[in-house]
Formats: sequence, structure tokens, C-alpha cells
Amino acid sequence: MEEVAIIGIGCTPVGEPWHKSLRNMAVESTWAAMEDAAIDQVDALIVGNMSSGNFNDQESLGSLIADYAGLGNISAFKVEGACGSGGAAFNAGVMAVASGMHDTVCVTGVEKMTDVVGDNATKILANAADREYESIHGISFVGLNAMIMRRYMYDYNVKKEDLCAFPVNSHKNAVHNKYAMFRQEIKMDAVLNSPMVADPMTLMECAPICDGAASAIITTKERAREYTDTPVIVKGSSLKVDTIGVHDRKTVTSMKATVTAANDAYKQSGLSPSDIQTVELHDAFSIMGAIGLEDLGFAERGKGARFAAEGQIGIGGKLPCCTFGGLKARGHPVGATGLYQIIELSKNLRGEGVVDAECGLAQNIGGTGSTVSVTILGRG
Amino acid sequence: MSVPRHWRESVKRYRLIGSKCKACGKVHYPERTVCPLCKSRELEPFQFKGNGKIYSYTIIWAPPEGYEYCKPYAAALVELEEGEIVTTQLTDCDLEKIEIGMPVEIVLRKLFAYGESGIIVYGYKFRPVLPIL
Repeated sequence: MEEVAIIGIGCTPVGEPWHKSLRNMAVESTWAAMEDAAIDQVDALIVGNMSSGNFNDQESLGSLIADYAGLGNISAFKVEGACGSGGAAFNAGVMAVASGMHDTVCVTGVEKMTDVVGDNATKILANAADREYESIHGISFVGLNAMIMRRYMYDYNVKKEDLCAFPVNSHKNAVHNKYAMFRQEIKMDAVLNSPMVADPMTLMECAPICDGAASAIITTKERAREYTDTPVIVKGSSLKVDTIGVHDRKTVTSMKATVTAANDAYKQSGLSPSDIQTVELHDAFSIMGAIGLEDLGFAERGKGARFAAEGQIGIGGKLPCCTFGGLKARGHPVGATGLYQIIELSKNLRGEGVVDAECGLAQNIGGTGSTVSVTILGRG
Repeated sequence: MSVPRHWRESVKRYRLIGSKCKACGKVHYPERTVCPLCKSRELEPFQFKGNGKIYSYTIIWAPPEGYEYCKPYAAALVELEEGEIVTTQLTDCDLEKIEIGMPVEIVLRKLFAYGESGIIVYGYKFRPVLPIL
């Protein structure tokens, strides 16, 4: 197996760019990453996207984006794992390079969610769960996470105030990120007093519906030095699944797919949680931040929220998390999110970010924990 | 939307029929064709009684398309007597008085309709167990 390195990164600003289409954004981020790597061609394009068929009435994204990016008749296809599609596409890209199948691969995550309105987007996102036995009961994706949150608070006697530390931290970190959707700080009271979406989850604990595209160019570690003085090494990349339905899990307050993907990635890299200096958590909902910290081995069971409330996840804290605003404030264009995490970690490792780190980890969740990828990156 | 998509699930949704593994005895809801515990493909239909207690719940204030008509409504994970957990809506209940551990029972209700002239999809909901007078 070849070792894999990231030699180029790029993205579009996250938000509601009404003048830009899905293909506009995907081409823009693909070329931003290729320019960063100083290349004008790749051997393959792997697209991470959750639901272009529903959001945009458009499939065949491999062809569409390769075509409009001017990449010709290369190898190109889409990878889907709900909100974890970006991380899944990156994992597929790593496999393609590590196996020797392709020399240079562009992985582009893209989602254009604002081509549909309001409750239609809520319905499409609920397709991440089991349509016939979860979503059919009118339970939104927020609703499923709210039930996980209530049980977590019940089992571990956790207050909602502690969980608010995740959105507050993400908003604080988004202020410096020119690509972030919400670049303003918020206070805990604003989170607590925001409208109820699915009790006990309030609006400001939830990542927004938005558009974005992010790309990374990967090649072998050996070849990476030909392109850049600051390659980022993929130390570990793993994806695992769990049951599609929350109701089929032994526990709902831990995600088995995170635990197993993390263990696999730690094993590949020869590293342990104590070696990780920064984490891009999948904080689509406040509760996911807390459970993520525990499943990844950074906090004890039931103590993830406390860990955050004590300020340990802030920049300058013990374990800076969501350093560019996370899903909550940078934004969560679902299929693109996994790639935003990869490029934000890469910036920190290249010395262009906000945290000086040698080694970092990204966790990307699809569904309620039904698909989870964990990536460990290190300075080259 | 095609009728068969809902018709083929209807008995399972109306009567809470799942499956039971003939090899290891594990029961499943929803129905499965492979036992996730022992990988046996010898399974038979299994009728759940429809009694359970609330494992967790939420109250939906921002419903997905098609469910606006009953907002706000409660949804729950219900732990059945037989051990499985099902995802469901709660009905006939005071939203302020729901709590984890509350005993509930199955009822048949309308889930949603495909517009004014489309098919109406029915299925189970759960309600608090009524006191015997």
C-alpha cells in the first residue's frame, strides 16, 4: 500500500449563493484545489454528495463535474453516505491512490441544498434515516437526534447548558474564517432561547441548511514533494457503518461506527487519542459533539459535554475542536462537509490555520451514526 | 407515489409484525430476512403484542413535508415488552406529561396523505396506557 498525501485544497464560501448552481460550485472548488497544487489535470474525480437527485433533480455527478471542470473522459463517480458523503468520498480517494490504481485524484464534496425550500429540505434530510420505519412516522432528522439527546441527558444527568458549549465554541471559531456562513459569536442564552425545533433541541444547536463545495487533491507521499513543500500525510482513513435505524442499536448514546472507525484509524496511524492535537468534530447537533468526543476517546462516557463546557475544546484549550467554525457556524452543506473538515485540518497542519498542530483528526457522520468516517492527518 | 410501496408494508405496519429467527430465537422489528445476530436466513413472521414503555421521546415543532397537519406532535423510541425498540409517533397524550419509562400501547392511526386526492397511509402510533375504570 502506498502512503497518501494531500497536495492541494480549495473550497467555496458556505452560504446561500442563489446565483451559483451545483456545477458552478463544484467546478470552483475543484479548480481552487488544483490551483493550490499547481496542476491542471487529475487521473480521477471522486464526488461526495448526499442527495443531488432530490435537491437539484440531477444525478450523474461524476460526469457533470468532470465535464464542466474540463477534465475530459477521466474516471469519475459519486460516493454517497448521507451527511457523511464527503468523508466517504475521501476514504474512496485514499483507497484509489493507496492501491496504486490512480496517481492523482481530486475528491470534491458538494451540496446545493437551497434549490428546494423549507420543509422539503427537512424531508430530504430525513432520507438519511430508514424511510419506511423511521422517517415515515414524520420524525425529522433533528427529531431523531433530539431523542438521542434526551436519552443522553437522562442516562448521564447532563444539563442542556453544558451541551450549548458546542455551538458557542463553533461560532467563536467561525469569526476568523472567511468561508464560514455565520461569522458572529453567540452566547449560551441565545442558544437556550432560540426556537424549539424538536424538544429538547433548539434551533441554535442545529447546523444550518446551506450550499458549499470543497475539494482536496491527493497523490502518493512519494510524489507529493514534487508538488509542494507542505504536504499533509494521511495517517489513517477508515469508514464503518452501523444499523440504519437508531432503534436497532444496543445503546443510542454512543455511535459504534465512530468507535470502530476511530480504532481502525488509530491502528493504521500507530497513534492514540493523546497524540491528537486538534479535532474537526461532526457537530451537526450539539449532542453529536458530546458523543463524538467520547466515542473518539477524548472524554469519558457522559463527560463530553462537561469537557466542552470547561473550555477544553476552544482554541488555546487542551483539544481545539471545530477550529474554523464546525458544521454549526462554518455551515453544513451535507455532502461537502467531510471535505471542508479535511481542508481545515490541512490548513492547521500546513501552518496556515489557527492552531499549530502536528497531527489532527476529522470525524464525519452520515445519518444518526449509520455511516462514520474518521481521518487522521499529520504534517509531512 | 405508487400504491404497492405502502401496500407491501401495510400488514407489518398495521399489526406490528416483525420476524423471529428460527435458529437463535431473536425477534426483530422491522422484519428482517437475515438474522443480524446469527446470520441465519431461516426466519418466520412474529407478532409483537404492542405494549411497551418510552425509551426516549421528542416533540416535533418543525415537521418534514407532509406532517404539518399535526404539529406539534410527539415521537418516541418505544421499548417493546419483547425487547425490541420501535420508532413511532405518540398520540392521544398530553405533550407536557410524557416521560421516559411511561407505559404505552399500540393504536392504528393515519400517518399522512399524498395530497387531497392521493392515497392515505396508515400505520401504528402509540398512546399512554389508559387506566381501567
